Amino acid sequence: MKLLVVEDDRETAAYLVKGLCESGYTVDQSGDGREGLYLASSGSYDAIILDRMLPGMDGLAMLGALRAADIGTPSLILSALGSVDDRVKGLRAGGDDYLVKPFAFSELLARVEALLRRGAAGTATTKLRVADLEMDLLTRSVRRGDTALDLLPREFQLLEYLMRNAGHVVTRTMLLEHVWDYHFDPQTNVIDVHVSRLRQKIDRNFARPLLQTVRGAGYCLRAPD
Amino acid sequence: MPTLSPRLVLAQLGRLVRTHAFRLASLYFGVFAASVLGVLLFVYWMSADFVERQTQATLDAEIAGLAEQYAQRGLSGLVQIVAARSAGDRGDGMLYLVTNSDGHPLAGNITGWPAGTPVAPGAIAFNFAAKVKGETQMRPAQGALILVPDGYRLLIARDISDAALFRERIKLTLLWSGLVALVLGLIGGAVMGRNLLRRVEQVNRTAERVMRGNLSDRVPRKARGTSDEFDQLAANLNNMLDQIERLMGGMREVSDNIAHDLRTPLARLRARLELSLIDAPEVGAATDAIRAAIDEADRLLATFNALLNIAEAESGARRNEAEPLDLAQTARAAAELYEPVAEEKGCALTLDVEPGIMIRGDRHLLSQAVANLLDNALKYGGGGVTLSAHQHDGRAALEVSDSGPGIPEDEREAVFDRFVRLEPSRSTPGNGLGLSLVRAVAQLHDGTVALGDNGPGLKVRLEFAALG
Repeated sequence: MKLLVVEDDRETAAYLVKGLCESGYTVDQSGDGREGLYLASSGSYDAIILDRMLPGMDGLAMLGALRAADIGTPSLILSALGSVDDRVKGLRAGGDDYLVKPFAFSELLARVEALLRRGAAGTATTKLRVADLEMDLLTRSVRRGDTALDLLPREFQLLEYLMRNAGHVVTRTMLLEHVWDYHFDPQTNVIDVHVSRLRQKIDRNFARPLLQTVRGAGYCLRAPD
Repeated sequence: MPTLSPRLVLAQLGRLVRTHAFRLASLYFGVFAASVLGVLLFVYWMSADFVERQTQATLDAEIAGLAEQYAQRGLSGLVQIVAARSAGDRGDGMLYLVTNSDGHPLAGNITGWPAGTPVAPGAIAFNFAAKVKGETQMRPAQGALILVPDGYRLLIARDISDAALFRERIKLTLLWSGLVALVLGLIGGAVMGRNLLRRVEQVNRTAERVMRGNLSDRVPRKARGTSDEFDQLAANLNNMLDQIERLMGGMREVSDNIAHDLRTPLARLRARLELSLIDAPEVGAATDAIRAAIDEADRLLATFNALLNIAEAESGARRNEAEPLDLAQTARAAAELYEPVAEEKGCALTLDVEPGIMIRGDRHLLSQAVANLLDNALKYGGGGVTLSAHQHDGRAALEVSDSGPGIPEDEREAVFDRFVRLEPSRSTPGNGLGLSLVRAVAQLHDGTVALGDNGPGLKVRLEFAALG
């Protein structure tokens, strides 16, 4: 997997490159908007991580030019500006996700992985499956093995998001954003409580647990080895 | 329009009487009334006295003239001159009468000795019968009686009915002009008091708004050119407010700048720790220490982010993100988020929300404010927590109440300040910024936030203007 990082802050860029390389990605880096656009125009990247404020060319303008050239490489916008308005502007300009600086590297990694999956899948499915856990999106029913599970609407949404990202780490912030559409961090970790409730329903009476807590990062739903 | 019950009127009257403006206006009216009264009395006295003296002077001159005649020509001369002067109406109102010792008239323009008038020399007042257009009329007169040798009497007097009439006229005129002046004075006093009261009221209202947190409010000033004491007071107060605002803004800016500037190095620190974990073994003392350091960095970052969030809300930069939204829906969503937390803590979270409460607002900030309130209620309050949202009289109110220990009344204002945490809650995790954000959000929406007693427990009430 090949990624492009367009970030002018050298320290941030260096640790992004280092972290992404260690996570198994091939990374190209540029500190300038124009150069970034030139590199990205080749269309050979699987995802782009770009800063909003860039010398040479603003991040949003760069993204706009890219999209105008019909290059749809999934992209994650990094920004020090945190307001919802900026998020909306970023997404409207063609960004696929938006992350406010400073961020935890695990958060960035989880989001990049989600982006890569989104680029790959893209097909409409009506059934999701992880091991013996099965979700029917049409009838909105969930079963594990032969047992039908009774989920509340929000628990259903939570599980759907986890299943769509099965095998990958999903952070608490991602859950808050995608399941609740909340773009702030609650003081108490309310997400943990919701996840543990869901875990009660899908894992308690079964031998092999599917929903795992990833320390310092978030959660992961995956079939046990 | 409020009904005017006598008690209400009395209460308002009582309040009015206690105002300085009323007292000033009363004093003004009192002094004004006294001086008007004084002037009128003086005018009356002067004019009455003038008429009196004129009458006396005429009489004196007449007496002197007649005495001279008598000295030169004796009694017959006197009778002759009196007869001459009495002939015809001269229009000067002079009255003459010469009688013998029995009071029998010898000459004069009075028909006879006035009945009941004692015969004593000197000043004399009496009524006499006068013929006016064929009718007999009793008229007052004033004059002097002179006893001529051999028992003859000489009465010289003046008809004073015109003077009395004149005095009456003056009295009436002065009475009316006095009344008009007093009424004008009363109106003047009232207007003066009201103007004074209004301008003091303006200062008071501004001060109240500033105390309620609207630091940018200023005392209105009159148009240029007329800089009276009130304008000077307003200017001074406004300068003072400017200074306070600048100082407070500066203080806030410093803390916000610190938060902003420390965020980036802290994030780098966290990133390095995180990267060092990749090579670290899964378990071990060093790994645990790194994880603990990351957690600590996360808490610091959360605090900085909360500070910057509050700063952003307070700056009003997000005002244009307000859109019509349903407060009931926001409340329900927040309750749904916190319901499992409540259940885990063994609290009953009750939702009492009236459907469809539309306000203009920023959904994300309002959600965060409600979440903070629920968080606080569950963390520090406990017992039964109720989240209610209602609409009444064009106001949308959202209330979070718990049945915990509550907050003493004298500490309720302080908890809105940044980093303020009350003694019993210091041991629980938290940064003391939750209510600061709630207040910033309320102010951004031109709403209010108030802490009250839930007996027992705390009740936090957010209020906004409802749409439609």
